[in-house]
Amino acid sequence: MNALKQYIDLYDECRTLIEQQSPALLNTLREHAREKLETARLPRKGCEDYEATDLEAVFAHDYGVNINRLPFDADPGETFHCDVPNMSTCLYYSSNDAFHSSATAERNIGQVVVEPFSMAAVDHPELMNAHYGRLASLDNPTTALNSLLVQDGLLIYVPDGVAAERPIQLVNIFNAALDMMVQRRLLIVVGKNASVKILACDHTQSPDYNYLNNQVIEIVAMQGSTIDFYDMEESTPKTHRVSSIYVDQHEGSNVLIDGITLVNGFTRNNYHVEVNGEHAETQLLGMTIASGEQHVDSHTFISHNAPRCHSNEMFKYVLNDNAVGAFAGKILVKSNCPRVEAYQGNRNLCGSPTAKMYTKPQLEIYTDDVMCSHGSAVGQLDEDALFYMRTRGIGIDEARRLLMQAFVADVIDGVRLDALKDRLHYLVEKRFAGTLSNCAGCMQACRPNNK
Amino acid sequence: MKENEKPEKGNQIIEEAAQAEYKYGFVTDIETEVIPKGLDEDVVRRISALKGEPEWLLEFRLKAYRHWLTLKQPTWGHVHVPEIDYQDISYYAAPRKKKDGEKKEIDPELKKTFDKLGIPLEEQLRLSGMAVDAVMDSVSVKTTYRERLAELGVIFCSMSEAVKDYPDLVRKYLGKVVPYTDNFYAALNSAVFSDGSFVYIPKGVRCPMELSTYFRINAAQTGQFERTLIVADDDAYVSYLEGCTAPMRDENQLHAAIVEIIVEDRAEVKYSTVQNWYPGDKDGKGGIYNLVTKRGLCRGDHSKLSWTQVETGSAITWKYPSCVLKGDYSTGEFYSVALTNNWQEADTGTKMIHLGKHSTSTIVSKGISAGHSQNSYRGMVKIAPKATGCRNFTQCDSLLLSDTSGAHTFPVIEVGNDTSVVEHEATTSKINEDQIFYCNQRGIPTEDAVGLIVNGYAKEVMAKLPMEFAVEAQKLLSVSLEGSVG
Repeated sequence: MNALKQYIDLYDECRTLIEQQSPALLNTLREHAREKLETARLPRKGCEDYEATDLEAVFAHDYGVNINRLPFDADPGETFHCDVPNMSTCLYYSSNDAFHSSATAERNIGQVVVEPFSMAAVDHPELMNAHYGRLASLDNPTTALNSLLVQDGLLIYVPDGVAAERPIQLVNIFNAALDMMVQRRLLIVVGKNASVKILACDHTQSPDYNYLNNQVIEIVAMQGSTIDFYDMEESTPKTHRVSSIYVDQHEGSNVLIDGITLVNGFTRNNYHVEVNGEHAETQLLGMTIASGEQHVDSHTFISHNAPRCHSNEMFKYVLNDNAVGAFAGKILVKSNCPRVEAYQGNRNLCGSPTAKMYTKPQLEIYTDDVMCSHGSAVGQLDEDALFYMRTRGIGIDEARRLLMQAFVADVIDGVRLDALKDRLHYLVEKRFAGTLSNCAGCMQACRPNNK
Repeated sequence: MKENEKPEKGNQIIEEAAQAEYKYGFVTDIETEVIPKGLDEDVVRRISALKGEPEWLLEFRLKAYRHWLTLKQPTWGHVHVPEIDYQDISYYAAPRKKKDGEKKEIDPELKKTFDKLGIPLEEQLRLSGMAVDAVMDSVSVKTTYRERLAELGVIFCSMSEAVKDYPDLVRKYLGKVVPYTDNFYAALNSAVFSDGSFVYIPKGVRCPMELSTYFRINAAQTGQFERTLIVADDDAYVSYLEGCTAPMRDENQLHAAIVEIIVEDRAEVKYSTVQNWYPGDKDGKGGIYNLVTKRGLCRGDHSKLSWTQVETGSAITWKYPSCVLKGDYSTGEFYSVALTNNWQEADTGTKMIHLGKHSTSTIVSKGISAGHSQNSYRGMVKIAPKATGCRNFTQCDSLLLSDTSGAHTFPVIEVGNDTSVVEHEATTSKINEDQIFYCNQRGIPTEDAVGLIVNGYAKEVMAKLPMEFAVEAQKLLSVSLEGSVG
């Protein structure tokens, strides 16, 4: 069985239609992607870097693909209120893989450009030509598949020296009355000494259908720029995602990526960071709270190609029921890159006898004058701490919840927006309490009752 | 000191260290019986016939050989093993036996060899209190102290003798921990293994002395394929040492061994290795390819297996001494110092497979890379779903002594239940300049300071070696490290 074949066949059949419905630039990569896919196979469980994850099985399902770009009627702005209390954001929606700007957001805030590829190809052709598909490696079969079938995407561009006033918030919604696969694509280019904060969250409106989001995000951080990218998944057990984030960091840039998974079905997150300039800083944070049959697999690769750069990774998993967690991370320090500091941590709590955790932290170092470390631990809540709390009259469930919240707190504390930090603490608290879907306010209903 | 002086001095010292001579690189002029190069079923049959083996063992070899033909040389390690021409190796080399009528004494040349290596073959060297089995090329040449051990019921002899004298025991345990289907090199070894050591410690016996085997490759263009089998019955204890050396040659030679250990209820086995095969010259020419499969099965409850290794030799090292912790409350330990210099490549580590409840394991791995070498730790800790209450602690540190060397760690952790705790920590760095400065301030030259710091760094592992070996291992480290960094 080769799950990729059905998509290659689809492309061959509908090639004209796909190309007609897309900006011309997106068509330039398709042939190359098809060539790569011809010989590629999706990794199966047990392959290198896929110890716990069977991508072949995920893609084998017969998903619908909206090649005709049929519009969806509903206005997501009406039903979804993902605003963060005490924080004013520029809100954008993607419904499946079509982008809408909400009624309240202008298309360009100040000089910051947020546009679908269809517009960006006209307004900023030089930018799109220079960066689209430059980082995303077609050797990765899921990225190649995205490049083969993608028909639109979103460009976020912050010109040199501009600091985006308000965070940009992107709400991704699945909403279709059939099983569906989408190819989301994001290109983020932040110019010299510019800065931006981006919040993305994934939701699903109709929980009865299977969805697969095969997304590719390319982030270019120019000299001295600062980028915060917060990526939260709060969908349904039938929503699956394969996300590949590619980052190119120049001198003195500072990139923070924080991936949070609260509710999902199957998720594979790939983070591929190339640190190409001195004094660049990278922070990768990840937090997963999984129960039921949730499956979350994160794979990070940070390549330090320049001296004196600094990276820090911390991924935390809390697994209950039959949840499966996997983490594989590699730090590479190339030769002639002295004074690199790179740290990687992975901490995991297994809360049930059937939860499984796979972890593989790796270091590959070719320069001597470096400080690198990784640490990984799998364990349970501290019995003494539980006992201490119980002696003070806190029930066992409450005590567990408090300790689990404390366990993931440092990932949330890495968030560089106070209002978002509070919001995340609140969401995590509700997630542990199991009441995430109980509040009213919007379709997704993760809005606090009294706020 | 000027800024730019440091690296220069460092390079100079590294060069000096790189030129430090491999003192075991001599060749013994001894008559050797070598069968022609090449490998096919006839060669396997001939080896078996030369050793006068029973039918079942020949069958075992042939099955392994046929399986080997279906396998490919593995490429996943972080080492560059070139395509080896397996038809260009001689699979059996043995010091020629004296004809009948000659004195049954050990060849004086052979004795000289082992004297040069500092190995007490003669029983007058009783002070060292060690029983020794010496394996030259493929064949065990002399085992000491056998009578005294026999009084206690301990069997310590060469594998070929064991096949003759204790066929039932060998048949019962051979290939049970490392089956011939395990991997490419294990299949090759199972087909062509020529000798090795066999140890059996009966129930309740604490072996009163360290058992030791010295392996030496002497003949040119041969491979060494020995096989060691250690069985510790209920409540038994044994400490086993292994040392290896080889002459300096421009060609690469292959060493593909298997070590199998079975530990029964409440028994304990301590296996220590000081591996000093010829590592090749400073340009990376020659040296031994050390591709070894070592595994122990802690079958009994409360059993314990401890691997300690000091790896300083070999052009390429590819070995993962592992523990299958099947018994409840069983314990596995792995302590390793791996030092690579010049163009050496080492990919070594361990696997701890927890199957028994409340089994525990500890892994301490210290890598030191200098010159242009690559040093990797690759390990796995697996906790089976039913193995509740298990505990593992892993620490693997790497020290880089040159900017052209590499240090890598590739650990895999799989936890299948919620009552086990697994921890892994790894760091990579060079020697802290503050520490060297501190020593300099107190009148200790940089060279000595590096020696002190590295010895301190490796001490945790060295402390686990038996006394006799610790001294040798420390000497080995100091030869390779003599002032490695400025």
